[in-house]
Amino acid sequence: MTAALSAGINPAASVWQCIAERFPDLGLTPRPLLDRGAKFSAGAAAAVDQFFIAVPAGRLVEVMTFLRDDARCRFEQLCDVTCVDYLNFPDARDRYGVNYSLLSLTYGHRLWVKCYANDPKPAVPSVQPIWPGADWMEREVFDMFGVTFAGHPDLRRILTWDGFEAYPLRKDYPLRGRGEREDYEQITRESA
Amino acid sequence: MSDKPTTGGPLQHAGAKHLVDPHTAGADDILTTRLDQLVNFFRRNGINWGRKNSIWPLPFATACCGIEFMATAASRYDLARFGAEVVRFSPRQSDLLVCAGRVAIKMMPVLQRIYQQISEPKWVISMGACASTGGVFDTYAVVQGIDQFLPVDVYVPGCPPRPETLIEGIMAIQRIIERDGIRRSAERGRGLGLVVEPTVQLGMDVGDRAAAAGSGS
Repeated sequence: MTAALSAGINPAASVWQCIAERFPDLGLTPRPLLDRGAKFSAGAAAAVDQFFIAVPAGRLVEVMTFLRDDARCRFEQLCDVTCVDYLNFPDARDRYGVNYSLLSLTYGHRLWVKCYANDPKPAVPSVQPIWPGADWMEREVFDMFGVTFAGHPDLRRILTWDGFEAYPLRKDYPLRGRGEREDYEQITRESA
Repeated sequence: MSDKPTTGGPLQHAGAKHLVDPHTAGADDILTTRLDQLVNFFRRNGINWGRKNSIWPLPFATACCGIEFMATAASRYDLARFGAEVVRFSPRQSDLLVCAGRVAIKMMPVLQRIYQQISEPKWVISMGACASTGGVFDTYAVVQGIDQFLPVDVYVPGCPPRPETLIEGIMAIQRIIERDGIRRSAERGRGLGLVVEPTVQLGMDVGDRAAAAGSGS
């Protein structure tokens, strides 16, 4: 149970009570409305209906299944799967954070779920069996960050080309690449 | 026609006919073309005269340059004046590849396949900053100039080029055809290094001309 809830933020929404009671160790937290330089503290400005929970990779499938199926949660829709590279980020403990944006079509509430992963082989479980729409979104995260999704039925690159080796949205990848854009077959007038 | 002294072939005859007022034209003003005149004409001007005035472009339009290409082909700039209005989206039916816009590495094999599928003789225009140099897209996934991977005949600068500039590029292709003829592209060598410079004054619109004329009087 978080300080934000006990402070009385949005008490009418039973969904947050439900999640906080079911997963007391995951730290249901309202997203702070301050900018990053200011410290968040209970009572400071916070979103009243935007919460996130941090889930360890080993419990992701269990938590996500609960969030979709529980009668008070009903997060039927996975809106997006994104990723953040926390390289050189102040106070960051993990390298990658995979974000899941959930939306309940029944109740209209939203929830953000974070799952952290680390080098050398960042991996999180796939939620494609729970939401089939996660298929291409997880492929995109894999393509851009190299985070693998265990249990994904078809984990291939989706945006970049065949034979591309790097993961371009990682912070240590240079914007102009490492020569991939020059490394291609030439068509000359003689060979065409 | 026959009683006037002529110096040219049937083309000059045809041009002269337009000076005749059709309402006063007599029966002997009917344009006729004899086969030997036609043969003489092509013997004098070459088959390249026909070829350069019937370019069939294939627009490989991936970005805003494609919009300028459409404007060029539309009624105001009227690419039909240069015989290049028959835009085909099949490489089998075209002989001028207009690469208009940025090309990602993933798109490069498609562009190369299209170039290979165009039958000889064929020409390539690299239209705009992105196709020629990558433009502002200096990133890992964008080709920094399609001439790294494809033979290019004419570069049309601009971001995007105005229709006049693209027309000048197509006229440069016409000059190449006139000069090189129907030689295969392999015999023409790699790249001709032609860069188009606009020969028309840019920026003067119809309204501006009317205003200038009105203020002058």
